[in-house]
Amino acid sequence: MPSHTFQLNGETVTVDVEDDVRILWVLRDVLGVTGPKYGCGINVCKACTSHINGKAFNPCSVKVADIDADDEITTIEGLADTAPGDGLHPMQEAWLEHDVAQCGYCQPGQIMTAVALVNKVRKEGRAITEADLDTIRNVCRCGTYSRIREAIKTGQDAMARGL
Amino acid sequence: MENHPTEGPSRVSRRSFVGYVIGGATLIAAADLGLAPSAAQAVPIPSVPQVPELYDLNDFLSHCAMPTSNLIAIEVDEKGHAHFALPRMEVGQGITTAVSMLIAEELDLPVDHVHVTLAPARPELLFNQLTGGSNTIISMYTPVRVAAAIARKALLEAAAILLGGTVAQLVSKGGVISAPDGSSVTYGEAAAKAAKPTTEKVEVELKETSQHAVVGKPHRRVDAREAVTGKKKFAMDLDVPDALPTMVCRAPELNGTAVEIKNKGDVETMPGVTHVAIIPTGVAVRAKTFGQCIDAVRALDVTWNSGTVTTMSAKDIRAELKAGQIPLAVPKIGATSVEGEFTFHFRSGSALEPNCAVADVREGKATIWGGLKSPITAQEKIAAALGLLPTDVKVNVVQGGGSFGRKLFFDAALEAAHASKAFGAPVKLMWHRADEPRQGRVHPMAVSRVRATVLAGSVLTFEQRHASVATDFTHGLGERLTAEAAALPTGLSNLTFSESIFLLATEMPYNFGVVTQLLNEPKPAVDRFNTSSVRNIYSPDVATASELMVDQLAKKLKQDPVAFRRRYLKSDVVKRVLDRAAELGDWGRSMPAGTAQGIAIHKEYKGATAVLVEIDCRPETVNREVRDAVTGPRITKALVVADVGLVINPAGVKAQMMGGFSDGMCQALTYSNHLVGGQFLEASWDNSAYTRQWNTPFEFECEVMESHGSQPGGVGEAGVAASMAAVACAYARATGEMPTEFPINFHEPLHFEPKSFIPSVPESPTDGLAYTF
Ligand code: FES
Ligand code: FES
Repeated sequence: MPSHTFQLNGETVTVDVEDDVRILWVLRDVLGVTGPKYGCGINVCKACTSHINGKAFNPCSVKVADIDADDEITTIEGLADTAPGDGLHPMQEAWLEHDVAQCGYCQPGQIMTAVALVNKVRKEGRAITEADLDTIRNVCRCGTYSRIREAIKTGQDAMARGL
Repeated sequence: MENHPTEGPSRVSRRSFVGYVIGGATLIAAADLGLAPSAAQAVPIPSVPQVPELYDLNDFLSHCAMPTSNLIAIEVDEKGHAHFALPRMEVGQGITTAVSMLIAEELDLPVDHVHVTLAPARPELLFNQLTGGSNTIISMYTPVRVAAAIARKALLEAAAILLGGTVAQLVSKGGVISAPDGSSVTYGEAAAKAAKPTTEKVEVELKETSQHAVVGKPHRRVDAREAVTGKKKFAMDLDVPDALPTMVCRAPELNGTAVEIKNKGDVETMPGVTHVAIIPTGVAVRAKTFGQCIDAVRALDVTWNSGTVTTMSAKDIRAELKAGQIPLAVPKIGATSVEGEFTFHFRSGSALEPNCAVADVREGKATIWGGLKSPITAQEKIAAALGLLPTDVKVNVVQGGGSFGRKLFFDAALEAAHASKAFGAPVKLMWHRADEPRQGRVHPMAVSRVRATVLAGSVLTFEQRHASVATDFTHGLGERLTAEAAALPTGLSNLTFSESIFLLATEMPYNFGVVTQLLNEPKPAVDRFNTSSVRNIYSPDVATASELMVDQLAKKLKQDPVAFRRRYLKSDVVKRVLDRAAELGDWGRSMPAGTAQGIAIHKEYKGATAVLVEIDCRPETVNREVRDAVTGPRITKALVVADVGLVINPAGVKAQMMGGFSDGMCQALTYSNHLVGGQFLEASWDNSAYTRQWNTPFEFECEVMESHGSQPGGVGEAGVAASMAAVACAYARATGEMPTEFPINFHEPLHFEPKSFIPSVPESPTDGLAYTF
């Protein structure tokens, strides 16, 4: 059985699993990291959204063999540690402030997308627009979309203040 | 109609109730679930007003919950925290939060010292353990408060002994009881003392609404932190030893069954695969990872029986519904008649969490873990399917990732039980997303016909005939109704179950002279399509058809839609929400061509909703491009005004209205299942055009009005009907064409290439790293 090593939430992990198993199942079924959710398995619902080297990606659509030993994967469980201080990530705080979650199933993916989107537009030297928010593909079957839009704006401000 | 307070069996006076302190080592306070409100128990049903005005679906659900007279109990532990196992399921609708608030209020305890969990199947509760019809808070409101008040009373009595003095001198606040001299004990200290050796009957009074400090104030969901940190556990996140991932390969046709596996040996030797077996709904495979289950499902070579609708398409079902529709009674009279016929297509009820359950069936015993709204029925039917006694089946209820009525059924739990039995090993069974719209529960297709007659400036008649594909109610509600039929108001007992539900839930709130609204199901068999009362049963479609016709009537009588509605509405509750929506939403403001406002009302669940939207149907908006997505007309602004009776958690009510709007809007514009040749074409979120961010209004506002009602109403479903209707009305006003088929984009060319039916699930892509951002 091939062995695969990568960085997960700040720690080096090694798993013995076939090369073509997608990262989502390596995380959930092999490592027991269940924050990233399954919603489609074909990169359309975005419930599994996590970060690779600080960028949003969908582990349901990446083979474990395509990840290198020094690639850093961050799931919702590790997000808070990427922000200053001991508490939650400012985007998670914003989610609490706006009481966004209903069933909560989509929300780990929504938050991971939101953080990556804010970072992306910040690198472009601008703030989030309505058009940026319209590009978010994450499904929320409970229909929390409006609160997500509000929370992202709050989270963006807090991230800009370096919280 | 006002609620008539009636004297229930355990009710002493208007505010005084009886419950129990249960004998035991810890403090357990209990109340009778039969303390549910009983508005209509003794109310005669006159023939002129429609039934729901006097006795609606929630009265029925509460009524059914009464005779079982079973206890629900709150336990106070040595830390002074309260624990309550709610015999209902949390699927995102916020009931654990609302119930925690009710307990905190009566117990004078901080909300975070209240722990509400979900009770496993309790067969003795019979009908009382069904989460449906938005009835949870309505039926739990009184019993939960009584139990909490009894716990507080017992704690105060214990504290009086510990501190000296009398109960009347003590003050309880935030989980601490203080005496006038400044001495105090915590609930934890008092709890041990408050436990009673034997069960005692206790009489308590409940707080007045005006004394409420927690109830009625916005409160964040109790599980919000777990949700945003990824710690919230759903069924597939449970760590049940040896329960390996399991998926089902399904037939190409709807409800087809497996005859033979032609390559069982080959599939069994694929990487990770441990078991392969035929089960009633297809071929189950168990493997080390779900990814390997997907590969195995794709590799299976199976001979299939044909399905239950073989060659039929949506147009055939439509013809069948039209042919079987109950005729209108009032003849068409030239220019005085206004008519419309509306088609509502199938739509998937699937939540974001797919159908899933964990099962361990070995040695004549079964344990199930799943998001189940009717766990008692699940327990009985799973036992029957496995040839076990219900007492040998343990059903654990897990928080669900959304439900919308679908989890009234236990399809995945039953499949998991079959698979685990066939394999002799525990399974963690999950549906592939592709199977959800294709083989999962759908909202039944319907054709609604409306005819109204106008004479001398007035509406004389309004008739609606709603012909629907049969809705499956075989999740316990049906059985209960049959048992209760004799006790129901006049006229209900002779109807079929669906007809009764329709009658109980459908109300035309206008003074339109002779009003009749009738449902029928021309083909009553429920095993042809897999249906359920997907958020919610009939009202979104019925309201969309009738509110579009109301706009037509207003136009015919040359009146403004709001002024016309106000003039004909019967109920002040509805007029109030309508007026408020018109005022807040600046009804009648001038809008550019191709854009318009739309407004609609709905009355159900003892409350009323008004929704005002603004729609943009200009080509530059309709044709905006988003990769692999459905755009079309955009709702730019939405406003929901709701009166839901007594409000426990305004933040929760607003959240439910937002979700209800999201459903109603896409049901009007984009969301459906296309039935072609016995198969549903949609197979994932890239095919099913549920609301996405690019369809979301730029502005969404919800106002929950101060209510005159003294009982909480249902909120889980209340927002859908008026939202769907308002969007349809706005579209008609913006384009000048009344839509008659829903969603309105149903006949546009498909925005996707249908995925294969064999293999039944798509391969997971491997190019995910090309889409990072
Ligand atoms: S599960 Fe990965 S995008 Fe849907
Ligand atoms: S909160 Fe339920 S799917 Fe988004």
